[in-house]
Amino acid sequence: MSELITPISALGNARYDGFAAIREIGPTGMITLRCKQDVAALPGALQACMGLGLPEKRRILTEGQRSIGWMGPDELLLILPYAEVAAMIAALTEALKGEHVLVVDVSDARAMFRIEGERATEVLAKLCPVDLSNLAPGELRRTRAAQVAAALWQDEAGFTLVGFRSVAGYLMGLLTHSAMPGSELFPA
Amino acid sequence: MSARLAKGGRLIDRSKAHRFTFNCKWMRGFEGDTLSAALLANDQMLVGRSFKYHRPRGIVASGPEEPNGLVNLGKGDRLEPNQRTTTTELFDGLTAESQNHWPSLENDIGVVNNYAARFLPAGFYYKTFLQPRAAWKHVFEPIVRHSAGLGKAPKDRDADRYEQAYAFCDVLVIGGGVAGLQAALVAGRSGARVMLLEQTGHWGGRAPVDGVEIDGQPADAWVKTTVQALEAMENVTLRKRCMGAGVYDHGYVLADEKVADHTPGDGRPKHRLWRIRAGRIIAATGAIERPLSFAGNDIPGVMLAAAVRDYVVNFAVSPGDRTVVVTNNDDAYRTAIALHQAGLSVPVILDARLTATGALPEQARKLGIRVETNRAIAMVQGGKRVKRVSICAQAGEGAVLEEIACEAVAMSGGWSPVVHLWSHCGGKLIWDEATACFRPDAARPPLNHDGSAMVIAAGAANGALPAADTLADAHRAGEAASKPAGEAPKATAAEEAPMEAVWLMPQGAPVKLRAKAWLDYQNDVKVSDVQLAAREGYESVEHTKRYTTLGMATDQGKLSNINGLAVLADALNEHIPQVGTTTFRPPYTPVTFGALAGEARGEIFQPLRRTPMHDWHDAHGAYWEPVGLWRRPYCYTQGGESHEKSVHREVLNVRNNVGLLDASTLGKIIVKGPDAGRFLDMLYTGVMSTLPIGKCRYGLMCNENGFLSDDGVVARIDEDTWLCHTTSGGADRIHAHMEDWLQCEWWDWQVWTANVTEQYAQVAVVGPNARKLLEKLGGMDVSKETLPFMQWADGMLGGFRARVYRISFSGELSYEIAIPASEGRAFWEACLAAGAEFGVMPYGTEALHVLRAEKGFIMIGDETDGTVIPQDLGLGWAISKKKADYLGKRGQERSFLADPDRWKLVGLETLDGSVIPDGAIAVAEGKNANGQRNTQGRVTSSYHSPTLGKGIAMGLVLRGPDRMGEVLDFPKIGGGSVKARIVDQVFYDKEGAKQNV
Amino acid sequence: MLILECPYCGVKAEETELSPGYEAHLKRYGPGASDDEFESYMFARKNPKGVHFERWRHVYGCGKWFLAARCTATLEVFGTYPAQTSAPPPDLIEAIKAKRPGWEGYK
Repeated sequence: MSELITPISALGNARYDGFAAIREIGPTGMITLRCKQDVAALPGALQACMGLGLPEKRRILTEGQRSIGWMGPDELLLILPYAEVAAMIAALTEALKGEHVLVVDVSDARAMFRIEGERATEVLAKLCPVDLSNLAPGELRRTRAAQVAAALWQDEAGFTLVGFRSVAGYLMGLLTHSAMPGSELFPA
Repeated sequence: MSARLAKGGRLIDRSKAHRFTFNCKWMRGFEGDTLSAALLANDQMLVGRSFKYHRPRGIVASGPEEPNGLVNLGKGDRLEPNQRTTTTELFDGLTAESQNHWPSLENDIGVVNNYAARFLPAGFYYKTFLQPRAAWKHVFEPIVRHSAGLGKAPKDRDADRYEQAYAFCDVLVIGGGVAGLQAALVAGRSGARVMLLEQTGHWGGRAPVDGVEIDGQPADAWVKTTVQALEAMENVTLRKRCMGAGVYDHGYVLADEKVADHTPGDGRPKHRLWRIRAGRIIAATGAIERPLSFAGNDIPGVMLAAAVRDYVVNFAVSPGDRTVVVTNNDDAYRTAIALHQAGLSVPVILDARLTATGALPEQARKLGIRVETNRAIAMVQGGKRVKRVSICAQAGEGAVLEEIACEAVAMSGGWSPVVHLWSHCGGKLIWDEATACFRPDAARPPLNHDGSAMVIAAGAANGALPAADTLADAHRAGEAASKPAGEAPKATAAEEAPMEAVWLMPQGAPVKLRAKAWLDYQNDVKVSDVQLAAREGYESVEHTKRYTTLGMATDQGKLSNINGLAVLADALNEHIPQVGTTTFRPPYTPVTFGALAGEARGEIFQPLRRTPMHDWHDAHGAYWEPVGLWRRPYCYTQGGESHEKSVHREVLNVRNNVGLLDASTLGKIIVKGPDAGRFLDMLYTGVMSTLPIGKCRYGLMCNENGFLSDDGVVARIDEDTWLCHTTSGGADRIHAHMEDWLQCEWWDWQVWTANVTEQYAQVAVVGPNARKLLEKLGGMDVSKETLPFMQWADGMLGGFRARVYRISFSGELSYEIAIPASEGRAFWEACLAAGAEFGVMPYGTEALHVLRAEKGFIMIGDETDGTVIPQDLGLGWAISKKKADYLGKRGQERSFLADPDRWKLVGLETLDGSVIPDGAIAVAEGKNANGQRNTQGRVTSSYHSPTLGKGIAMGLVLRGPDRMGEVLDFPKIGGGSVKARIVDQVFYDKEGAKQNV
Repeated sequence: MLILECPYCGVKAEETELSPGYEAHLKRYGPGASDDEFESYMFARKNPKGVHFERWRHVYGCGKWFLAARCTATLEVFGTYPAQTSAPPPDLIEAIKAKRPGWEGYK
């Protein structure tokens, strides 16, 4: 990466404080790894390069600033600091040499949001056809948010939602509309 | 006069008075009133005019079945037409106006239709206006349109906001009466996740009004403790003002929550549409009382008996000093007793049955109320309100025995279970002879995804009408949806003797009376209309409905359908179940468009896709063009120039200097693996497996039918990796197409794909000065020798991580540079800065189109329309003759596609230099079988070429390439025609020298 | 609105998270096939009132195509299974036969 160019997230870290706090975050490093998950070298390569193992079906593993999410039976999403992406791709490519894999940088193809606060669930319940109260800890759910694709998972502080960069403005609009004060789903 | 009683009213709070207007007249009501209750409390008996005859109409019901009480609610940007007064909660400052009258409610000219009623029978519109034909368009239709419609459509943008929400539960209970509460309680105690919906703002339904006792305490007290118990359960969600609108496949339910209808402008969403997925649905939706069909049953003051009871007990509203009760069952006696207890007079109870000896009739008699059996109403007299009733024998033909003065009539024809939600997904009904109603057939429920019953009807909705049965049935339903829960609470109410079906009053009413006996109040359908339809041969209930418009109004026949089909059955001499019902369709009551649209309005109506340079374009005069969901600059206007001038300037600047195009929307898909080359050879008509690393090749993709579907440049990245460019907006479709074939046909091939369209911003630097611009940015060798035409290279360009492709869609020296999206805007601005001295200007999609058309390049969607094969477009060179197979190859071998007599691509040059209208058709000699001119071609792209100073076009012409030099005639819309000569479609730089420098 | 369980990721997806792909288990006919074979492959589709095998893609999810056996009249879903097969799994066939004794069977 150039020393001169500062990458910018899709919305320049826009935010909105409604009955939940909405923040666009990033830029964040993201790598799509397509590989059959029974490839023997895969868990070791992930451990060696990312310091994380192979997540089980629909799970996301997180350690510090790195995560590995299960996106499909032959697709993983690796999340890491933006500046580490090129080196990570090189390392993974080397570690999985000879295997039929695709390692590709998708950091700039995505937009990432945090939805935080006690009522964060109510924001997403307006947009995603997902039973959020049955979302397991560390479960990564791919679904849609209104009219666009999204992936989401939950931690103690709230939700992370990942969507496509070109519709970041739409996603922010959705989240803002859904978090407007007065529209709480279960007002006290 | 209807009026407010001094005492009572279980739902109103007399300490909170509200002021409101009806037809600009100020009135007063109380917190807890419905608009109906408040109007009646102000003696507003007349609330509207009927649809067809403009007859005066008053409030009939107290719930969502109300056909007459429809008003324009609110004003300006909060105006809502056709709002039911019975379900509108009163708030301070409410404004309502009655509908369907001119100049005023009291004096309505349209009432002339009433006097002409016998000339406006069922099917009037179908029988009239047939001749002369031209008169329909110019005379009849404008008049009919002017007089059609009830409410006024709002003209302003809706000031409110709406939203939707998803919910999931094991058991969804719809209806918050005692049945729904009990079912929810049983399910809730089992630990199931329960959601309970109630359409009104209060719990308990009718039981408290009907004097029911549950486990020895008044229903009100039981309701209160039960709601508290439910509220205390973490696994139970309760929502009031939330109407279960529709049941759909696999336990999907839409419910409309009126969040802020009663508190407009308080910042909350007006409505919220719940999209609920339930494991099991309990329909505890109660029952609706049926009117009786007698002459004058639509005069204001004639109301359903239970509604009269509701107004007295719930709102302390008297319908008038004297109310005549007319019935075929015991339940209506409760109304007489309630009126009596409120200190009002019931001059007589007219019971159509021969005997009335049940507990309730006995109680009425003990209170001194006169009870007459085998009696009917011959006619209600009055205009804008009831004045008196003429009484006759039910068994007779209407000879008047007595006249009694009164202000109101309370009628009851029995009860119909609300089976709508049961029926929406195909639950079947059975006819219950004893109670003369259709009720759910538990043996034939609508089915869930696993084949189990999706809906369980409970309580009155299941035909269990007496209170004791209602509660026991609801308990059973709760158990069926969860697990056994022991004893049900015991409800007690007065025993009722059997009712007796009465479909016409008196039974032998002559036509004079039948023509005043209303079935459908809102659409003005009478007993005589349904009988006429039967005589004219309408045997199917669905046809009769459409012919007479019975049940087709905004109330969807909640009061009229059963009575109507009973009349039809009688007229056809059939049994009611043989005639059957019309189809119950969602929503149960109307749902406003705002709720259905939810958040999808304004800025977030649809997901606009923006490139990383979007904001720059917006700030620099971009005139936007939608391309799929993307927005792309059509052109950039400078000063006051027209779009046309902008396009011409941009085209010439590309040809003479250098232009920048935001090409980020171009699809980019990585295809990698040992079998990737083989896979691409199947996908493209050409050969991609032999493409050398570092080079680019243009490719065509077809569907299995052989028709051209997409095109783009493919770059070979390394030994087993290719990058496929698709059309803008084609990326998702083509990526899905690839995955489909990989997953479902060639699943043993080792190929991975990834759609990386949005990872990159892409900038086309185009024009004779393009190389100079890139050299000014510096960092990469972009010379002809190092980076020749149709090659690519990676490097750092001006400090940016760049992949530079030497490809051209304009015929000029051209580079397309992909950089990470997060650096796209910075790169764009760097190009503008570096190119300033070389005359750089951005250009938009229209200039792009003109540039490619001057070069004769095709555009997917212009030259193709899903019926065009590459061979039609002279693209045979891009089709491999050697390959044994590719997608579309077999399709293209079909005789009609191999036919030489197809329309094929050529250039078209107008003789006068003008621009042919896009899509113009070339006519041929003679006419076809339909008497239309024969055709021989059409224009697919047409522009003014600023480079050549004349109109240029491409088109598909019958055997076009064999007919060079021929002149075709293209008629223009509005007369005249353009003559154009068939020429080669490459208008500019035929040798391709300019792009290869 | 249907719910179908994606056999790859286990999500019980609602119809809006899926995209339909029509009839399953079609055999592709390419070059060399007769006109009749090609016509049957391209255009002749079963349209049964009853048991139907069809393709769905978990498009707003793991992106995988899967196959489903579903009754077109009652919308009962008998099962879903991965798309990498040219015939329905035998246990699914048995399960459908048990529920629909009159069913003429697959193909």
